[in-house]
Amino acid sequence: MRKLLLVMLVLVMAAAAFADPLDAFKDLEGTLDIAGGTAHIPVMTQAAQDIMTFNPKIRITVAGGGSGVGVKQVGEGLAGIGNTGRPLKASEIEQYGLKTFPFAIDGVALAVHPDNPVKALTKDQVIKIYSGEITDWKDVGGNPGAINLYGREDGSGTRETFTDKLFGKGELSPAVNVVNSNGAMKTAIAQDKRAMGYVGIGHLDSSIAGVAIDGHVPSQENAASGEYFVVRNLFMNTKGEPTGLTAAFIDYIYSEPGAKIIEKSGYIPLPKNN
Amino acid sequence: MTRQKSHVVDERTRANSSFLIPNSSFLLRATALSVSAILGTVIAFIVISGVDALIKGRGLSLFGAVWNSNAGHFGILTMIQASILLAISSLCVGWCLSLGCCCVMNGLAPSFVANFLNLILTLMTAIPTVVYGFAAVFLLVPIVREALGGTGFCWLTASMILALQGVPTMTFIMDGAVRTITAETELTASALGMTRAQHLSRIVLPIARKSLISAAILGLGRAVGDALIPTMLAGNAIRFVKTPLDSMRTLTAHISLVLSSDIGGGEHLSLLLAGALLLTFCAVVSLISRRMMRRSN
Repeated sequence: MRKLLLVMLVLVMAAAAFADPLDAFKDLEGTLDIAGGTAHIPVMTQAAQDIMTFNPKIRITVAGGGSGVGVKQVGEGLAGIGNTGRPLKASEIEQYGLKTFPFAIDGVALAVHPDNPVKALTKDQVIKIYSGEITDWKDVGGNPGAINLYGREDGSGTRETFTDKLFGKGELSPAVNVVNSNGAMKTAIAQDKRAMGYVGIGHLDSSIAGVAIDGHVPSQENAASGEYFVVRNLFMNTKGEPTGLTAAFIDYIYSEPGAKIIEKSGYIPLPKNN
Repeated sequence: MTRQKSHVVDERTRANSSFLIPNSSFLLRATALSVSAILGTVIAFIVISGVDALIKGRGLSLFGAVWNSNAGHFGILTMIQASILLAISSLCVGWCLSLGCCCVMNGLAPSFVANFLNLILTLMTAIPTVVYGFAAVFLLVPIVREALGGTGFCWLTASMILALQGVPTMTFIMDGAVRTITAETELTASALGMTRAQHLSRIVLPIARKSLISAAILGLGRAVGDALIPTMLAGNAIRFVKTPLDSMRTLTAHISLVLSSDIGGGEHLSLLLAGALLLTFCAVVSLISRRMMRRSN
């Protein structure tokens, strides 16, 4: 009986292995360099690790640099994939002959403690709060008390999306407390009734409350439909039609395990050709 | 005591190594040499890249007071201030606590209290720093926030936990010296009719002065170098600290926060400079404490 079970287990595992999207990498070898947006790094690194563990003959390097660097490197052939956190400009597509692959939505939600009565703010109010002009909850319709501001560290993709969509190049108040992950942000806000912070939309749950900005409610659905505006798409870009290892890597990002990695990094996966 | 201990350790290593390889003094020496060479390279690398950052980052005002990455200001002066304040404040509290613990363990309290304290301190050395930080986020931070206002993530909270974390090491250094001197002078003191408290305060502690100071210096090095506790508890806002309830960012916290920055950018250069400053400071502190230890022996 036990032997039979064992045989069945082996068969099941073999079947699972056959269905594995990693199989596309079985006969491939070589090097793939990826550069560009920092928000992409957790997704790219995890996918690269999975692939390199599956087939050690493949080498994938992941570097940051920002969207501009991503376009430049892929356009000049220094990297196989150049990542951007913004759509390509027409001039860039024309100059380099780039092909673009949106694969995830990165949405950022303003968040407060669930007991806080303030659940909606205007964009102007948010800007004034984060630049230090408004410092008390009573000025935005809440219970009197100082607003305890939380933010993310320099180089965080979540911070980049939040500030890009709301402030442009405006200056942030130096009084912002800095935490170094979405998890730490959640802990800080969930404990502090006067807190205000921001997290990736994928991290919103009952321990913290999302705040609507100009009537736009932050949620996965609204981010996917375009109703919520503090979002951006994450793109992979290649020079011309991708082939070989590059094409396999892009397909892996769009596969089911790829979508899992994207969700785990706090983003919403997008289907291919959409 | 210290001398005895090091003697024992020496013998043990010798026994161990001779057990492994019969004639191993050459191998041991070679290992020691290569390890020091590697360490030396690392130190040189950090210091050189720090100096390099200073040269490259002339236009970025790395030693300035303003950090605004949008405008190209990457000043770490506020973080230097924070590091110094946090280290000194936590050292003052921690050193006094350690001295108290040391006295309790050496005759100011009944022996079962002393043994109990010894047990607790030994256990404390085994607790990882991150556990102190994590526990404080859920236990101490809300208390500070409710009682005193602010966010609770501040200089006060961080320095309290940092002080607590440093107590075991400092206490055991003090205890080593105090125990030896107590044993050496006990008979004389009893013959003079001194109580244990008098013996401790008038004879033992003054003689152990150098060990007490070197415990403080070692504690200072550790307090400056700790990254987890300030990152988790001090709030990390980039500005000069004015009150104990202000949020602060230390050099170590800065390094752990901005680690994923682009190579060659202002953030990256500020990290290199912060690293070089910390390394230089800690090296100087540990050299001083070693010299003092040697002299007191």
